[in-house]
Amino acid sequence: MNAAFFPKAASTVAGQTDHLYFALLGFSVLMLALIFVPMVFFLYRYRRGAKADRTPLRLPTTYIEITWTVIPIFIAFAFFAGGATVFFNEEVAPADAMEMNVVGKQWMWKIQHPEGNREINELHLPVNRAVKLTMGSEDVIHSFYVPAFRIKQDVIPGRFTTEWFQPTQVGTYHFYCSEYCGVNHSKMDGNVIVMTAADYQDWLAHGRTSETLAQSGEALFRTLGCSGCHAPTATVHAPPMEGLYENKVPLSDGTFVRADDKYLRDSILIPSAQIVAGYTSAMPAYAGHIREEELLQLIAYIKSVAKEIPPHLP
Amino acid sequence: MPEQNQIVAQQREAATLGMWAFLATEVLFFGGLFVSYTVYRHFYFADFAAASRHTDVTFGTINSIILLTSSFTMALAVRAAKMASQRLVSRHLLLTIFLGIFFLVIKGFEYHKDIVDHLIPGPHFNAEIPLHGQIFFYLYWIMTGLHGVHIIIGLAIMSILLGLNARRTASLKNSQAIELAGLYWHFVDIVWLYLYPLLYLVGRHA
Amino acid sequence: MNPNPVNYLNTDYTIKSWLLTTDHKRIGILYLCSILIFFAIAVYAAALMRLELLTPAGDLVLSDTYNKLFTIHGVLMVWFFLIPSIPSVLGNFLVPLMIGARDVAFPKLNLLSWYLFMVGGFFTLHAVILGGVDTGWTFYTPYSSTYSNTHVIEMALGIFIAGFGSILTGLNFLITIQKMRTPGLTWFRLPLFIWSMYATSIILVLATPVLAITLLLMGIERIWGIGIFNPKLGGDPVLFQHLFWFYSHPAVYIMILPGMGVISEIIPCFSRKKIFGYKFVACSSVAIAVIGFLVWGHHMFVSSQSIYAGITFSLLSFLVSIPSAIKVFNWTATLYRGSISFEAPMLYATGFIGLFVIGGLTGLFLATLAVDVHVHGTYFVVAHFHYIMVGGMVTAFMGGIHYWWPKITGRLYPEKWGQFSAIILFVGFNLTFFPQFILGYLGMPRRVHDYAPEFQIYNVISTAGATILGLGYLLPIIYLTWSLKNGKRADANPWSATGLEWKTASPPPEHNFAKPPVVTEDAYNYPPLGKAKEAGDA
Repeated sequence: MNAAFFPKAASTVAGQTDHLYFALLGFSVLMLALIFVPMVFFLYRYRRGAKADRTPLRLPTTYIEITWTVIPIFIAFAFFAGGATVFFNEEVAPADAMEMNVVGKQWMWKIQHPEGNREINELHLPVNRAVKLTMGSEDVIHSFYVPAFRIKQDVIPGRFTTEWFQPTQVGTYHFYCSEYCGVNHSKMDGNVIVMTAADYQDWLAHGRTSETLAQSGEALFRTLGCSGCHAPTATVHAPPMEGLYENKVPLSDGTFVRADDKYLRDSILIPSAQIVAGYTSAMPAYAGHIREEELLQLIAYIKSVAKEIPPHLP
Repeated sequence: MPEQNQIVAQQREAATLGMWAFLATEVLFFGGLFVSYTVYRHFYFADFAAASRHTDVTFGTINSIILLTSSFTMALAVRAAKMASQRLVSRHLLLTIFLGIFFLVIKGFEYHKDIVDHLIPGPHFNAEIPLHGQIFFYLYWIMTGLHGVHIIIGLAIMSILLGLNARRTASLKNSQAIELAGLYWHFVDIVWLYLYPLLYLVGRHA
Repeated sequence: MNPNPVNYLNTDYTIKSWLLTTDHKRIGILYLCSILIFFAIAVYAAALMRLELLTPAGDLVLSDTYNKLFTIHGVLMVWFFLIPSIPSVLGNFLVPLMIGARDVAFPKLNLLSWYLFMVGGFFTLHAVILGGVDTGWTFYTPYSSTYSNTHVIEMALGIFIAGFGSILTGLNFLITIQKMRTPGLTWFRLPLFIWSMYATSIILVLATPVLAITLLLMGIERIWGIGIFNPKLGGDPVLFQHLFWFYSHPAVYIMILPGMGVISEIIPCFSRKKIFGYKFVACSSVAIAVIGFLVWGHHMFVSSQSIYAGITFSLLSFLVSIPSAIKVFNWTATLYRGSISFEAPMLYATGFIGLFVIGGLTGLFLATLAVDVHVHGTYFVVAHFHYIMVGGMVTAFMGGIHYWWPKITGRLYPEKWGQFSAIILFVGFNLTFFPQFILGYLGMPRRVHDYAPEFQIYNVISTAGATILGLGYLLPIIYLTWSLKNGKRADANPWSATGLEWKTASPPPEHNFAKPPVVTEDAYNYPPLGKAKEAGDA
């Protein structure tokens, strides 16, 4: 059984969150003492019938009020700053984080590793490596929550959200869906299995599927007909995917957009919304014809060719 | 009886303030829609522009003029009530009601045209309009629909006042009621004055 | 004097005279009876949930039944018990009495509020009878608008209609307090309960319409099949949360400000002392109402709103805690050099301070961004808001009901039973909800029908506490009902309290005062207490 009062701390931010928590706990105990010790004392000392000096005192009320208004404000600022700093750290993933794709659907979590391995309601990870989850939802809002990592992020249909953490201890930790999502919400949970780097490689090799995530994406790129226009060899004029990811794209309305996950997602689903300068709106909308998982695979493929040189610049 | 007069004065003030407070809730009620409109217009600027070109600016403009005129006749009715002219109150109220009905009739024609043009969001939505234009029209229907409900409520209130006015020999007593109905009616007009540019004008030439 | 003077209760006994009454006092009683029915149903749902959670496995009810239970519990408690509890029951009864008015500004509108409330309640209960709703009281899209197969529309309609009742109540109080105060009753002579009701009314009037439009949009989306919260159309489900919490966070203050008002009445009375820092307590109510409108985003720190929005909302959430802290300090300071007696209302009031302080301090945990990321959506949040809403508001409601019971009914409640129940409530409450803080930090998500075995011990304690808490609710219902016939008759001012409501008979006559009272002194002007000697009743 786990520790009775506090959960295991198994990520880099878990310790920071716990520090804040203990600081708040200490402050709370102090405040409780500051309020209840005088209160109980007054209640006893000035109970009706007891002998006590009750002559009204002329107290500098305004100064007292200002004191107990201003001091809490400063203390509040301190906690705010602490919380915001750790939060900022939790929200911005390091550049070298290992990327995983997570899809939530009623009522399971589907996970795919960059190497192509797939899992359901289990997440195998190497210890001491930063991991960034890119998450999508097939239906309603879910939330990916790993208490031992002190981390949580809602998974919203219609967009990607991300969450990162770095496990620090080998072990098995529960994860949950923490946003109510329907009948079997409470069953939408699983385990994060943190392994040593060697074990993780072993696990990957053992369960390796025939293709990596990017390779699945490439296959989809062909079967969905994307390559018919977007491939370098295609005769139809469409923007190339090579060297696209994270670069600036000129649009037909004269503005520029960065080709990040959101842009790629939007452009696959509703291409007509943002037309690349120099091209016509010829691509069909894939909204409703493609699953979240497939989207993530396609984007993984586009990411994999980010370093390649485009065949011709528009 | 000074005390009695004081109570009457207090009640009058209370009623006016109450109406203003009620209008404040109305602002917040429509506010939710305006916020949604703003958010999505920001998200899907081009689609909103494209969609707004499909609203009928002629109907919209005629209706704006009608409503503005009805605000004027309503103001005249309030003034007539203050002058205690029962005849003028009836005349201006009737005129306002007529203009309100006229507004609804035109809106009805416009809705009919919108339906014929497949401007109802859903599977049969007008194919010329990009996908997110549906959000524009979804808001269009709800905003104009709720506004129409407010117009109907206003017409009902004015009809009741008209009946009361006809039965009373002196219209002095309900002058405040007419004043409050006037406040409400002006508010409904003002909402339209925001809807008109947002739904008909903005993005028309973008 | 006539042994049975005409009062608002005995002036007419017909049912019609109750159903068509425009007397604010009778309307208060109508609310009291109706919210007790909703409360009982919601408590029943809670009891079933607590029983289910005794064991980790989902063995008592099916998971979709469980989901319907927490939905009905939340909806009824929030909209049909807590929001109308102190405002509509005690507020209706007391606001005109405390300001020396004959009635509220718009008595007919006041009756209409109750009817709207009841029609709303009817639709809500109808939805339950049809088979219930499983969205949770927050109705998050797209689950509520697209995926749920339950009777969402009926329930949303019920809340929508009841919402207009709330708006009219708030509007009525706002105008009544603004315009109907008796001569001499200036703003800074008003009882603090009136200040808190004024602040509450501002929220009712300005926040509730946003809930109405949000539920309307959600409902239309459900009927129409598409809508602006639907991701398939490019809609943003998180916009729903913004709109919903723009109402629902201020609504949380509807569920605590009136309680604070009641406590501010009880503490001076049982300390025989003017409240410490009157103006600060009064203005802090308004400050809470105003800042309360700017903190809604703290419900959405992990919902993918921007980091900077999160940081701003966190800062504002810390700020909103300050006025609450000011109140607590002032209540404590009021006790200093008072002459304190411990009748049931005072026990409830001290219990309130204890529970509210814990609720408030744990609110700081939730305002701290990184900690919230961990405990958001867990039992920590459940425990926190129950400390505020039940530990705070319901305790204050019980305190207020006991305090004004003689005024409302003309009878005294049995004091020993009152004191006993107040203690039972405090113990039962802590036993029920304190373990949930620990559960939350351990990571138990809320709204789950089954859970990991390591959480069981705290759930068992919580369920055990709930039975004691239940007793704390049941006892007052029994002895208060008993006192209606058998309680000792109360005179006009059994607590020797200040305040205009005590200047008229118990129960008050139909129009409260024979002639408008004139106020010449500050609130809580208790006679000065003596030096070093026994200082009993003045």
